[in-house]
Amino acid sequence: MGTEAAVQMKGITKCFGATVANNNVDFELKHGEILSLLGENGSGKTTLMNMLAGIYYPDEGQIFVNGREVSITSPKDAFNLGIGMIHQHYKLVDVFTAAENIILGLEEKGGLDRRAVSAKVKEIADRYGFDIDPNQKIYEMSVSQKQTVEIVKVLYRGAEILILDEPTAVLTPQETDKLFKVMKNMKADGKALIIITHKLNEVMAVSDRVAVLRKGVYIGDVPTKDTDPQKLTDMMVGHAVTLNIDRPQYDKPQERIEVQHLTVKDAEGVSRLKDVSFNAVGGEILGVAGISGSGQKQLLEAIAGLQPAEPGSRILFKDEGGKEHELLGKDPLSIAKLGVALSFVPEDRLGMGLVGNMDLTDNMLLRSYLTGRSIFADRKKPKELAQKVVDELEVVTPNLQTPVRKLSGGNVQKVLVGREISMNPTVLMSAYAVRGLDINTSYAIYNLMTEQKMKGVAVIYVGEDLDVLLELCDRILVLCDGEVSGIVDARTATKDGIGLMMTQNQNKEKEGQS
Amino acid sequence: MSANKETRREPFVRISKRTSISRGKAWGIRGIALLLALIVAGLVIFAIVRLNPVFVYGAMWEGAFGTKTRAWATVRDAMLMLCIAVGLAPAFKMKFWNIGAEGQILVGGISTAFCMIYFKTGMSPFLLFIVMIVTSAICGAVWGLIPGIFKARWNTNETLFTLMMNYVAIQLTSYSVAKWENPPGSNSVGIINQTTKVGWFPTIFGQQYLLNVIIVMILTVAMFIYLKYSKQGYEISVVGDSENTARYAGINVRKVYVRTMALSGAICGLAGFLAVSGASHTISTSSAGGRGFTAIIVAWLAKFNTFTMILISFLLIFLEKGATEIASRYNLNDYASEIITGIILFFILGSEFFINYDVKFRGRGRKGAEKND
Repeated sequence: MGTEAAVQMKGITKCFGATVANNNVDFELKHGEILSLLGENGSGKTTLMNMLAGIYYPDEGQIFVNGREVSITSPKDAFNLGIGMIHQHYKLVDVFTAAENIILGLEEKGGLDRRAVSAKVKEIADRYGFDIDPNQKIYEMSVSQKQTVEIVKVLYRGAEILILDEPTAVLTPQETDKLFKVMKNMKADGKALIIITHKLNEVMAVSDRVAVLRKGVYIGDVPTKDTDPQKLTDMMVGHAVTLNIDRPQYDKPQERIEVQHLTVKDAEGVSRLKDVSFNAVGGEILGVAGISGSGQKQLLEAIAGLQPAEPGSRILFKDEGGKEHELLGKDPLSIAKLGVALSFVPEDRLGMGLVGNMDLTDNMLLRSYLTGRSIFADRKKPKELAQKVVDELEVVTPNLQTPVRKLSGGNVQKVLVGREISMNPTVLMSAYAVRGLDINTSYAIYNLMTEQKMKGVAVIYVGEDLDVLLELCDRILVLCDGEVSGIVDARTATKDGIGLMMTQNQNKEKEGQS
Repeated sequence: MSANKETRREPFVRISKRTSISRGKAWGIRGIALLLALIVAGLVIFAIVRLNPVFVYGAMWEGAFGTKTRAWATVRDAMLMLCIAVGLAPAFKMKFWNIGAEGQILVGGISTAFCMIYFKTGMSPFLLFIVMIVTSAICGAVWGLIPGIFKARWNTNETLFTLMMNYVAIQLTSYSVAKWENPPGSNSVGIINQTTKVGWFPTIFGQQYLLNVIIVMILTVAMFIYLKYSKQGYEISVVGDSENTARYAGINVRKVYVRTMALSGAICGLAGFLAVSGASHTISTSSAGGRGFTAIIVAWLAKFNTFTMILISFLLIFLEKGATEIASRYNLNDYASEIITGIILFFILGSEFFINYDVKFRGRGRKGAEKND
């Protein structure tokens, strides 16, 4: 290995159609370092890393691994060079054990020696401090355990260079700390790590060096100890951005939604929500925190009329006159007919909130196509609305006739949020509204939420970044395994406190079992 | 295959999805594909039968458009194909895999034959026409509704369901043929009302098949407008793209399934009416003749644009007619002509790949590129 860089990329250019994802990028990774790759959405971070992992092939430029020029045409080539990438979406077989997943696809001669595999997995786990049971099935695992399996999988294949694509997006603060410890152990062992992340405090906590991309161009790199979040943001965005979220008080709060004893079971009869009670108040942002899959989706969908609930559950909407309307048992259309202006930004933007194959105008039409008596849909107003959303939220799109699936994640979200806010809601619900969005767009979304709150809208904000929840919301409801483990005042609560509440019930269960 | 780590090799071809393509370029690619298809098919013809491909293509053209009668037969068959494709368009746009057009055509045809046989007296021709249109559409609609309702209620697999409905329709047809046998013992219905021509399409401006064209053109335009501009058409698109989004928008997904399948079946039922009253004037188990399947290709190739379907229907029928002609003229068996049809379809379908994807070959004269491969 010597003094050579683990990875060196020279003059890398990659285009998708007319879009230049990476433009003449020079990039270097040393052995025994953790490098943060930072950049706004669509700045080409993942594209650049995918070229190392053999998923894309560069249009131009050279890649050197350990000082030797290489050509990586498939993930297999990448593995042979000791490069392993842990993607955002895990690729594991649910019914297999950890060990079975780890050896999946390896062409080893001779029979399958499960004991040897387990031993080797144990050895890797012990060396770096992973917490893993080789014989546990994937479907029994938490998100963080699944991630561990993915990391051990690439280590098992002898990876010396690890790329982690937004690994902390789904973890609790405690799990994140654990991951960072493991990463530092790997670094101490001489491995080279790249972490792609949006969260600046994590960049500061774990990395040695930060490399910044902006619009496909390599802006530069700095040692982490010489920089701070503000400077990094300026590098990423290209101009100064204020990172403070305003939290004004609304003076005439009015209760809007009251949820009582909400219990929801899925098709298999497993409880997704258990006896959930809370209220949402106009002029307030109610944050919902919890590990993903703790019932956030069911909660919002139950309010939106998309999720049937068990008997005894009630969801009441209180209108201006204080009259109560039961929302459970009604579909979205009948809820709208009640005069309840309920806006919903679902987690699955293209699978639920928008129609990917339709253009912007037709997506605006989704909420209003039934207006008017004519059998024909009126596209004039939606077209004006689409233009308005594009102008006001600065959506980057070639034109209004572009199918929304061709837009970048941030722009897709702007289209969705823009449409929902245009309905003048009384209640605005959003799930992971800033997931995968860059800093600029994220803050634009936070501001929109606050703006709505100051109009007297009851905002329910399901989020994953606790720092943001604590800054943005007025109250935070913490879900744990479908139960409310507490509702706290966001002005006084602490990150660790919420982190504990997110896992509290699980611990209780485990103790009960053992 | 282990990677040779020493030499730098670039993949020979790289494929990337196109973000956009101009209309002119897309049609250019299709044109090139057709030209290539003709060249390749020509080579194959020459290799097998030692005939001048130009003469063979000429014969194909004559087979389809050589005489006035032939041209009108081509038009008639293309209209029938188009009608079925127009009927399938809403179902497939909703991603409802309706492969039951065969059955829907047959039940529409049976009901038309029934009207022609039992109402041949006592009804004015105009009234009989209306009755035939309504009954065939209703029968087709019922045939489409049944799988539609099952899908909406119990989420059954529509592909298997519509396929099985075809077999039921075929058995029904056999039963009807046995019942209406004419003359007895012939095991066929024969030409219904051959002398009186009751219930046959009238000749308009001296053209026997002009009414077929009019009916199908009305359907084509109406379906285009329905899918593109109506609220129901919008609902179909949303359901086809994502059921979850449809529910989110307050669309009653079940209702859309049922309604759309009724519409799709009704138009396919009308195609059965066209086939019996407007073309063959008889009914048999082969009245649909696989057109219900071929029309799926028409609908998908046209990306559910009913005007594009006109073009594709004509192309397919032209190939069919032309192939039959060269088979008889040059004493080839049917397979030889089907090879030609196959080659042409292969190229046309294949050209869609080049429209959706950009294929780049290895750059020439690149720095460090290895010559050996």
